[in-house]
Amino acid sequence: MTVATLRYRTLGRRRAFGALGTALALFCAILAAGSLLAILGYVVVQGVGAINWNFLTQLPHPIGVPGGGVGNGIVGTFVVIGLAMAMAVPIGLLTGIYLALFGRGPIPEALRFLSDVLSGVPSIAIGLFAYAVLVAPLKHFSGFSASFAFMMLMLPLLVRTSEQAIRSVPQTVREGALALGMSNFRATVGIVLPTARPAIITALLLAIARVTGETAPLLFTAFGTQFWEFNPNRPMAVLALQVFNYAISPYSEWQSQAWAGAFLLVTAVFALSLGARLMLRRAMRGLDS
Amino acid sequence: MTQGTEPQFRRVARFVSPADRGFAAVVYGGSILFALLIVGLFVELVLGSWPSIAHFGGSFIFQSAWDPVASKFGALPMIYGTVVTSFIAILLAGFVGIMAAVFLADFAPSWLAAPLSFLIELLAAVPSVVYGLWGLFVLAPFVRTAIGPALQKVLGWTPLFSGPIYGVGLLTAGIILALMIVPTVAAISRDVIAAIPRDLREASMALGSTKWETATRVVLPSARVGIFGACVLALGRALGETIAVTMVIGNRPEISASLFAPSYTLASVIANEFTEATTSLYISALIELGLILFIVSVIVNALARLMIWSVRGST
Amino acid sequence: MAAGQELLSTADLSAYYGDRKAVGNVSLKFPRCAVTAVIGPSGCGKTTMLRCLNRIHEVAFDARVEGRVLLDGDDIYSNDVDPMAIRRRVGMVFQRPNPFPTLSILDNTLACVAKGLNRRQKIDRAEQALHAAALWDEVKDKLRTSPLRLSGGQQQRLCIARAVAAEPEVLLMDEPTASLDPIATAVIEELMASLSDNFTIVAVTHNMQQAARVSDYTAFMLADQEGVGRLIEFDETAKLFTKPSDRRTEDYITGRFG
Repeated sequence: MTVATLRYRTLGRRRAFGALGTALALFCAILAAGSLLAILGYVVVQGVGAINWNFLTQLPHPIGVPGGGVGNGIVGTFVVIGLAMAMAVPIGLLTGIYLALFGRGPIPEALRFLSDVLSGVPSIAIGLFAYAVLVAPLKHFSGFSASFAFMMLMLPLLVRTSEQAIRSVPQTVREGALALGMSNFRATVGIVLPTARPAIITALLLAIARVTGETAPLLFTAFGTQFWEFNPNRPMAVLALQVFNYAISPYSEWQSQAWAGAFLLVTAVFALSLGARLMLRRAMRGLDS
Repeated sequence: MTQGTEPQFRRVARFVSPADRGFAAVVYGGSILFALLIVGLFVELVLGSWPSIAHFGGSFIFQSAWDPVASKFGALPMIYGTVVTSFIAILLAGFVGIMAAVFLADFAPSWLAAPLSFLIELLAAVPSVVYGLWGLFVLAPFVRTAIGPALQKVLGWTPLFSGPIYGVGLLTAGIILALMIVPTVAAISRDVIAAIPRDLREASMALGSTKWETATRVVLPSARVGIFGACVLALGRALGETIAVTMVIGNRPEISASLFAPSYTLASVIANEFTEATTSLYISALIELGLILFIVSVIVNALARLMIWSVRGST
Repeated sequence: MAAGQELLSTADLSAYYGDRKAVGNVSLKFPRCAVTAVIGPSGCGKTTMLRCLNRIHEVAFDARVEGRVLLDGDDIYSNDVDPMAIRRRVGMVFQRPNPFPTLSILDNTLACVAKGLNRRQKIDRAEQALHAAALWDEVKDKLRTSPLRLSGGQQQRLCIARAVAAEPEVLLMDEPTASLDPIATAVIEELMASLSDNFTIVAVTHNMQQAARVSDYTAFMLADQEGVGRLIEFDETAKLFTKPSDRRTEDYITGRFG
């Protein structure tokens, strides 16, 4: 046996092993991607059938009475998330502006550290915080306490993205504004922020997508209700919470409504995520002129 | 009209004019509020758990009895459940995620890599309650009828796979968690792997290695810090996951060796029992569980970010 | 030069980035309504010195200034002076054109025009400024479109129009043609001559021929052994380029280094 033959044989074996490994890696990638399709597929198949106008606009019916819907949950979702946005955007944007303008130093670093800490806190712990601050003292559940929890969940993303977006506006644009005699206020709010706006809106869409599917904090903040509720100072129905309650119930009618609600949630979250991606792509193209 | 003063060192303030003073005040105010909210979160958790901490002390973590009626609260079963499910999750997701990342970074043709990456990242967008729903009605029955019996046939002699198979339990929860964290592992690992310089790969191939050998013996080891960081980050997410786990874990505060047994996690016990908690000690014990979750997550996350930063630059 | 002929002058001006001294003890008088070029090799501190004249230098992190800069006799760095007010009187055009991306051409031009004007007055002011920047004919039909569609040279003229519209007394130019092609450069050089009828212009340039073509006076700066930029010579352009007083000036002009 010559050395050449030996080498050829081991190379063949190594190549085969490599092909096996590649196939394994491909299998894993397809497994992961395929799981998504499996889950989505199930949600669509099981849920889409129950979606109709009634489902979207009616109140839940007591068990035994067929029909009913998640109208109040949809309304509640909008109210809770809207309030959360109204609180998270100013705080997040202002903190992002601070970090972008005062970049280095111990205080900005501390703020960034806190933001990272917050992004890792489980949502149920944030729910406990909202409970301790807004439910226990006031002795009642409320949509507002849920908004508070959602605000905490949205903040790290908004802070980090605002800072990055403002930083990515070229220094020369900001200096150009200041050199004209603009105040820092006008230069930042009138010139730099609008330039950074696409990135910030993208982050906002992603933050909304994230909290739309969030259920854990709702368990003891919004708590849920069977009735129409527009007042955030009272317990509210939120779609994600309704899906959870229906899913763990022993009634098959409610279970199928859970699938329908899940379909709505998934549609909303995916629409927002895709919207964010499109926005990002358009913003990138805009900067390339 | 100033007189010529002696040249002196002057640090010039940047926010001098009145419009800017107001702006500065608002910006400072927002940032301070932000910091206060996060500090407040920690403070409230500590305050809320204080009665339980004072009452049980350190034994809280080691007691395995969870008896609300007798006001005996021990976190051990929950810690066990959390650790086991997260461990299963990171084992499965780590392997699948890293393999997928290797494929996407080095082997996939671009027409395949983009859609696959997109789909895997979309997994991260699926709401937790939808995972739970699917887990409860699709995966759990599947475990009960197919996966469970198969595993038991092969590995039933070990305590891990013995015992009755309910469908819900540690294993199912672990699998659902794995699905939820696989995008984290895959996406970050793929970025870390892609950031390894081409020269390294080319040098390895020039020495006669196959592409697979290059990927596994050269690229992966150099990326290992970042990949490990990705896994730790994913682990952090698994530890805190509440709703999906609660729907498929069976919610029983017991420690058993079998992976088919129902169990409880720190997060799911809070989700399940908080609104039913009757006594203030009960509530305080649950909040203390939340505090434990908070501290563990913060530590795990900080570790993960340190590791990822050291390889990737800041995220 | 008789006293009072300068609108802008520096007295013992030094500029620092943290502990590093970038510009050392520069005393210069910039003649009114004339073009003063500041030349010198890279790293000689000429841009830093320029940025001290409108208090833009301090916007950089850890930047500070010693000495005085006098505008109409008053030190712009004294404690009761608002930097914004200074920048309205001393305008600046940067090396790379930097039109505001989210504003239209018209809004860019009017970006820092005083608030009190009505619509008609504003458009007149914009038209004047765009004429002064030799850009009006090229943009008069697309005032509301994005400035990012303009060529580099046009964008730079827009920035000049924007600076001019704010009606400053001094116009600082930091290598204004460095990123432009020769034709655009020629247009802007012509502009500088016509603008100097109404404004005092200080232009930093690394291009000696440009300085010789365009300016009435020239200042030559050089970094010393510690890297601190110093003023070596200042004179009428014709004289500095034909019979420089300092050996180092002569070496630089004749291309022995730089």
